[in-house]
Amino acid sequence: MEKYDVIVLGGGPAGLSAGIYLSRARLKTLILNEGTAGGQMVLTHEIANYPGVEKISGYQLANIMRKQAKEFGCDIRNNISVKGIELTGEEKKISLSDGSVYTSYSVILTPGGRPRTLNVPGETELKGRGISYCATCDGDFFSGREIVVVGGGNSALEEAVSLTRYASKVSIVHQFDHFQAFNHAIEEARSNPKIDFRMESVITAFNGSEKLESVEIKDLKTGGKYRFAAEGVFIFIGYVPNTSFLVNTVKMNDYGEIIVNNDMATSINGVFAAGDSIAKKYRQISTAVGEGTIAALAATDFTYQVKNRMKHELIL
Amino acid sequence: MLYTNLKHIESAEEHQKIINENENVMICCGRMGPMCIPVYGIMEELEDTYKNVKFLDMEFDHPDAHVIRNAPECNGFMGLPFTVYYKNGKLVKATSSIQTIDQVTAILDKEFGAPVTA
Repeated sequence: MEKYDVIVLGGGPAGLSAGIYLSRARLKTLILNEGTAGGQMVLTHEIANYPGVEKISGYQLANIMRKQAKEFGCDIRNNISVKGIELTGEEKKISLSDGSVYTSYSVILTPGGRPRTLNVPGETELKGRGISYCATCDGDFFSGREIVVVGGGNSALEEAVSLTRYASKVSIVHQFDHFQAFNHAIEEARSNPKIDFRMESVITAFNGSEKLESVEIKDLKTGGKYRFAAEGVFIFIGYVPNTSFLVNTVKMNDYGEIIVNNDMATSINGVFAAGDSIAKKYRQISTAVGEGTIAALAATDFTYQVKNRMKHELIL
Repeated sequence: MLYTNLKHIESAEEHQKIINENENVMICCGRMGPMCIPVYGIMEELEDTYKNVKFLDMEFDHPDAHVIRNAPECNGFMGLPFTVYYKNGKLVKATSSIQTIDQVTAILDKEFGAPVTA
């Protein structure tokens, strides 16, 4: 069992920012991260709106943040899997599936989010064989082919337009009768002759053996189902917070987002949260960095108070 | 250009030499994209644990990457990265698109045996 002052769960922009501030405040800090350091930031091809940096890839920005945190003395473990978590006591305990156990005075939760999947038959089996979640990665595999885009937000419509550079036809399948995207994105998609729309419809199954051949579409107005030939389906239906491992711990809303106050404090004493997994309206790298900073400052205060109290109790 | 910390394969000849000279080889063939970067990260993480496996990457758009792109085992793949596993020079497993560390270690353990850390 190894003891730290603060453990940060998640290594995206919020977690790495917290790591930088905590380590600089001379607190022994550990970042435990289930994926690659940088979180969803590394998935961004080019970042042009991060203040102070004209243009940079998400991968590069993540590497700079990781390097900064490490240079201040922060320990980082990537690709770990959390097996158990105890947050309520004065000593917080995190157990990993490899048998490691870590304790700390406070914890900052920054687990981030992941792309939402449709969770229908065939999706897992045909991932990478026609089903994709990244237009810039896989778009060119579908040159001259008919494809489907699922979703009705900005990402779905913008990616549908970008996919018309490759595909001969793009059909947008969306569950509602209207889009949630900005007007300019809707107008651009609607004016593109290669795009057609299947509103109030959902995909209920993916068909194909070696690769995707067709999808099953359900018309929500009539309840009728039909088979639609498609060699590619791109899914852009938002993100879900990675908070399932926190059920029955901190207070969360109906969407599984962690509820925090202005100091990023959760419902449990000594536990803070920041980034895409908290209940909030705007999700940007810059907002995650700000929240990670606030959480780190609040956790620093909390941790030094606990340490000072324990030192005082020891003297008495 | 792939700016990972893995060793890069730069030609078809080098690819052949590596799979001939190493019993267990894992190669991730991709770009610096959202589905590829997590797989490179996993491989970098596993290098210290699986000393019995050679971990490398190859740029998908390199002309010589046809040795992976056109492998029969990658037929039907339509998602980056293409990740291939070689045992004694023979391609024994291939996956398409992003993978989790659990999926990768399951393949490594099955195809190459438990990690040799010494």
